[in-house]
Amino acid sequence: MSKTTYYFDNAATTPVRKEVLDAMMPFFTENYGNASSIYEVGARSKNYINEARKIVSDAIGCYENELFFTASGSEADNWAIKGVAYSKKSKGNHIITSAIEHHAVLHTLEFLEKQGYEVTYLPVDEYGQISLDDLKNAIKDSTILITIMYANNEIGTIEPIKEIAKIAKEHNVIFHTDAVQAVGAVPINVHELGVDMLSLSGHKFNGPKGVGALYIKKGLRIDNLIHGGAQESNRRAGTENTPGIIGLAKAIELATTNLNEKIERVSKLRDYTIKEIEKRIPYCRLNGHRTDRLCGNVNFSFRFIEGESLLLMLDLKGVAASSGSACTSGSLDPSHVLLAIGLPHEIAHGSLRISIGYQNTKEEIDYLLDILPPIVERLRQMSPLYDEIKGDL
Amino acid sequence: MYSEKVMDHFANPRNVGEVEDANAVGQVGNAKCGDIMKISMKIEDDIIKDVKFKTFGCGAAVATSSMATELVKGKTVDEALKVTNKAVMEALDGLPAVKVHCSVLAEEAIGAAIQDYYQRNGIDKKVEKGCNGCCGSCDHHH
Repeated sequence: MSKTTYYFDNAATTPVRKEVLDAMMPFFTENYGNASSIYEVGARSKNYINEARKIVSDAIGCYENELFFTASGSEADNWAIKGVAYSKKSKGNHIITSAIEHHAVLHTLEFLEKQGYEVTYLPVDEYGQISLDDLKNAIKDSTILITIMYANNEIGTIEPIKEIAKIAKEHNVIFHTDAVQAVGAVPINVHELGVDMLSLSGHKFNGPKGVGALYIKKGLRIDNLIHGGAQESNRRAGTENTPGIIGLAKAIELATTNLNEKIERVSKLRDYTIKEIEKRIPYCRLNGHRTDRLCGNVNFSFRFIEGESLLLMLDLKGVAASSGSACTSGSLDPSHVLLAIGLPHEIAHGSLRISIGYQNTKEEIDYLLDILPPIVERLRQMSPLYDEIKGDL
Repeated sequence: MYSEKVMDHFANPRNVGEVEDANAVGQVGNAKCGDIMKISMKIEDDIIKDVKFKTFGCGAAVATSSMATELVKGKTVDEALKVTNKAVMEALDGLPAVKVHCSVLAEEAIGAAIQDYYQRNGIDKKVEKGCNGCCGSCDHHH
């Protein structure tokens, strides 16, 4: 393996920003106190956590008593879904979601299905968006929760969250959105959006790993997921991860300051990448929506080749990216997202996701654009599928 | 994740392409599963004089194809049939568990090419190759 010098996998995780690390460091050493303790060093931690909660709440437009820190985005998703499922059991057992959710949502729902809950998986169109009519038609008396992601992690498609929230409200159904990919990449105000719950994760916007948060609208009571001490207003037990919480707050503050400028700059890089790939590489297909799309997401399928080979070739040139091929998903099936947008298996196997972060430059993109076409061509020359198509031409 | 040998055979695969005047060609796997291997050989006087491959698949699929062609080159047909997926794996210093099926595919591709040779030459033999049913090491339904 070559040392990664060109990092284009920011949807997987991001490097911690220097300012974030600097903000965190004192909380490993001098500010070590347990926030539940009464003495000064403990109270100090509590004050800092409260400040952090204020910063994060401001960043997503909620009140401080609506924001709860968790250990990850996955935990926030698990809590939102299981919390509603268990607390609203007497009202109904039906949950609506989409076919392209992250596994943190899908596998949680599969777990609930085994316990007798009923789940409707809304299909998506070729761009990855659900239909609002499908959603309306799926709602029934027993529906207790709608959980639909804000933006998809693989293809970057943004769902019509405000409209979904409106429909949920009209039908008096709780609406949760997994916004792990969206926070820091899309301006978000939960009160304006009208969502009841929203999950986020620190390491997706240059914060630390191991810390996330769940917004729960004031007045909404859901069952706890982590039981124990009285932390997080008695709703999420466990000694607070003070350095993580401080880091998440600093990261979200930086990510949402001048967000529109960042979106404009990163979108330009994204559109340039898409345009150049389409120009330079034949037999490719852009996956996802052209405009309702995360500013940093580029996802292509290259026909006749397999994604893992492509990633290894890129890795040999110091480039980190990701793929939805079976060989990278740990199973023999390619990504459920690519299948849900209607890609045949063999085309889904040949996908490449390039996720651009705030730290990426045009020079880095140009390097990628220079090395990608010959790599794709080399793999195609090796592929028996390419012969077949050449024979047809 | 991969051994240095696997990465070497992936980055610098040996025997890529198609033997021009091949008299033994086999293709196994399917695009749906994400791997296809095509092996072509020139067999003269019962000896594999030349062998080449084309593969659509992951790094392990490419590396096992490359290694399998190396292992059978210059061998007699019977010797080539004795090259097992285990031998291919060992020659590559091992494969991750989820990639074992790639080595099985390489063994099957060699077998398929030799079967084709038998048929072309009216030799009444049947190659028993690859997995005879599911060993549980992969999700392929053989």
